[in-house]
Amino acid sequence: MTLSLVQELTSLLGTSNVLYRAEDLTLYEYDGSVEKARPDAVVFPRTTEDVSRIVRLAAKHQVPIVGRGAGTGLSGGALARTGGLMLVFARMNRILEIDIANRRAVVQPGVVNLDITRAVEHMGLYFAPDPSSQKACTIGGNVSENSGGPHTLASGVTVNHVTALEMVLPDGEVVRIGSRHGDSTGYDLCGLFVGSEGTLALVTEITVKLTRKAEAVKTLLAIFDRVDDASQTVVEITARGITPAACEMVDGWTLCAIEDYIHAGFPRDSAAILLIEMEGLFEGTERQAAAIEEVCRFYGAREVRVAKDTKERDLLWKGRKNAFGALGRLAPSNYVLDGVIPRSKLPIALRRIQEIGKKYGFSIGNIFHAGDGNLHPIVLYDPRDESALERAIVASEEIIRHCVELGGALTGEHGIGMEKSELMPLLFSDADLDLMKRVHDAFNPDSSLNPGKIFPLSKGCGEIRVKGSNAARESRK
Amino acid sequence: MSATTHIGARLETALGNSRVVLHDEELREYAVDGVMPGAIVRPAYAAEVGELVRFAASEGLSAIASGSRSKLNLGMPPTRYDIAVDMRGIQQVAHYDAGDMTLSVDAGLSLRALEKVLSDKGQFLPLAVPCYETSTIGGAVASGIDSALRQQYGNVRDFLIGAEFIDGTGNLCKSGGRVVKNVSGYDLHKLLVGSLGTLGIITRLNFRTFPLPQVFAGFYASFTDAAQALAYRSSLEDRGLPLANVELLNPVAVALASQLLEKSNHALPLGGDPSRWLVFVSYEGSDALVERILRELHSLAREANAVESGKLSTAVDAHLGGVLREAFDWLRWSAPQVVLFRIALPQIPAVVFTKLQAIASDAGLRVVLLVRAAGIVYAAVLAEQEHLASIDRLSKVAEEVFPFVNEKKGSAILLHAPQTLKQRINVWGTKRDDYHLMKRVKLAFDSQGVFSPGRFVGGL
Repeated sequence: MTLSLVQELTSLLGTSNVLYRAEDLTLYEYDGSVEKARPDAVVFPRTTEDVSRIVRLAAKHQVPIVGRGAGTGLSGGALARTGGLMLVFARMNRILEIDIANRRAVVQPGVVNLDITRAVEHMGLYFAPDPSSQKACTIGGNVSENSGGPHTLASGVTVNHVTALEMVLPDGEVVRIGSRHGDSTGYDLCGLFVGSEGTLALVTEITVKLTRKAEAVKTLLAIFDRVDDASQTVVEITARGITPAACEMVDGWTLCAIEDYIHAGFPRDSAAILLIEMEGLFEGTERQAAAIEEVCRFYGAREVRVAKDTKERDLLWKGRKNAFGALGRLAPSNYVLDGVIPRSKLPIALRRIQEIGKKYGFSIGNIFHAGDGNLHPIVLYDPRDESALERAIVASEEIIRHCVELGGALTGEHGIGMEKSELMPLLFSDADLDLMKRVHDAFNPDSSLNPGKIFPLSKGCGEIRVKGSNAARESRK
Repeated sequence: MSATTHIGARLETALGNSRVVLHDEELREYAVDGVMPGAIVRPAYAAEVGELVRFAASEGLSAIASGSRSKLNLGMPPTRYDIAVDMRGIQQVAHYDAGDMTLSVDAGLSLRALEKVLSDKGQFLPLAVPCYETSTIGGAVASGIDSALRQQYGNVRDFLIGAEFIDGTGNLCKSGGRVVKNVSGYDLHKLLVGSLGTLGIITRLNFRTFPLPQVFAGFYASFTDAAQALAYRSSLEDRGLPLANVELLNPVAVALASQLLEKSNHALPLGGDPSRWLVFVSYEGSDALVERILRELHSLAREANAVESGKLSTAVDAHLGGVLREAFDWLRWSAPQVVLFRIALPQIPAVVFTKLQAIASDAGLRVVLLVRAAGIVYAAVLAEQEHLASIDRLSKVAEEVFPFVNEKKGSAILLHAPQTLKQRINVWGTKRDDYHLMKRVKLAFDSQGVFSPGRFVGGL
């Protein structure tokens, strides 16, 4: 990156909004994944106009740009894979409008997910997508990744809650798509841009739906002595057509770590728990809870507890949502995977994950969204052992391949990013990828936005199918 | 040799003569807004659609895919129409895992046939679209037409989890998958919803399915004016009741719906007062839930000063639900000349109705108003005569309604308009600022303009 670009950026944004010294950039070479890549400079825009001007400047200097929210992403989506300029939205963090009559909020991308709920909860409303990182992650990042969370089983993921976007295209043009109503004429552009991982445009303003809080919430904790019983319970709940608001599974090994850290009241001696929540009218939740409890007991739950009050419910969720942090007490580092399978294949998948763990010498924990088949195996490793990360990556690829073999997909909510770009050919044909690339090039023809993401770096997809693992490892060096 | 014969002969060479139809009588049945195709192709496999599209692209021909052809007149007339692709021969259930509640089905399967497959397992797909008896699943998705169950289950984009389709190069492409949560790659299948076949020819669709509810029920409340009816409708939303459908009808709509109900020997319990506004609510669930919702509906109706209200008999509920599901179909034929607006607004104050009625009344025309799920307004303006003066009047109405909706920060399109009117006005309404982005999408999918040219927004 040229000195003149840094000077121009500083003159545009002020010295406090531009970082370029190596020691300042170190913080931005990581996100929540195991990937690592350092940007050449970091800028903090405050307005859409800032973003547009930065993008024009970068284009003039032919420097790539990657957008970033809080950096909590788990697939390397917000890393500067090829260097260049990182555009951090942390200072575009204002809630611009709350429209109670229409149940909409208009927010800047740097607003923290949970802050939207905090701003409207006194009016009985909330923002439904609730990633585990919701206390830190930003709505802009959620839009880029089409984030989910435990409660998206019934209420849907980010794309189901976004009705309009303001965006800056790679040439600096500011455009708006969608509408406040959410029913605009023409192609469903919001459906395309949400989840496009910052590869098509930089999102600068988001209109989100606000959801009314349910009249009744009932939270069950079902405790099992065998992982298989817990997973069969999930299969049966799905097969009976019961859709709770959330259905989470945590295995026994992870439970102990959570208990040591959070003291959420999880049993230390169980093989697995299901945390199941029902929302809606009182009559509906009572019936659902009774049906679910029946299934849990049929499949050998040794105990089914109902959270007595909000305090107890909040504590259970605190345990679930802080589980990844709790695992930090067991090993210096962990690698959180994200695969998705048909829900009926849950028992097979969990058994296979354990086999793969044994094969590569890892204990693999499982904390995941069982209700929608979204697995999050967690590989604990010590980064000081150089071969450990290498083995963790190979193990993770084997797990993801297994998900695809079962009829699943590469990622349920973390995104492809740079973590899984080389695995895309497992799921998509050359023709599929060619069309996606044409759509990419229609908006980002020079790959100046978030280069090296989603699409395999290798040239021929046939080659990738053979060399997938090697290419993936190579990309991490 | 005529141009049609020429295309036909080349198609027969490329695809085999058993797949190609060239009879004039049949060609007329595939006309879109009066424009006839040069040939009809009836593929039996997705691969044949791919071959057809490659052929069309290489020869510079255009193709319009169809199912039952019940909604082929949506959008503008095609600027070119060489090949009609009848997809009804591709109609397998490719994968149905009832235990997993996911489904993968070919585009040409009819909704009725699909309903049978799913109901055998106690499940269904919440796609209650008009022309239900004949519609195919591919047509229902490509048309993007409103489902009467949208209030509870959302738009089709909310439960469509993947798709396979032929792109403009003739390649079979896919996006999404068969799992209920998936962020692998771009969600291209969402773009296909409501695209009128302008991006590709859908060959297969994947959905999440839903359990059939135990109990269905219907409720009505009638009001003396629009403001009261709208207030009642709002109170239902504010109470957060899980309702399958809510529809609000103006007196003209009530009269038309009543006539249709009478055909099946049913009647609305409205006492014959022709000036009432009606709110119809359908809801479902367990016995206990349905009872609770009924109590709330009664209580809110009393608070909103409903003239009459009550639970509908099962038979009337089912028939009225069916009539309202089919609203798009009967509204467009409810007078000799009709324009049917679909209007989405951030809010619907009663003055919107007053204005729409005034615009129609100034032109000497009647207007049927329905507020449908998710606050979508259907406004059908009826001209009782089929002469040119009616077209002039309908044209004047459209010229006033589009800017009015725009001013209210909403969007309006015409779901139906007479062919002669489409020569004067654009059914897609006011040009959108994001049109140039849509054009980029279109070019990425179909750079040679093979699919349905000219029918979509901005002439795409």
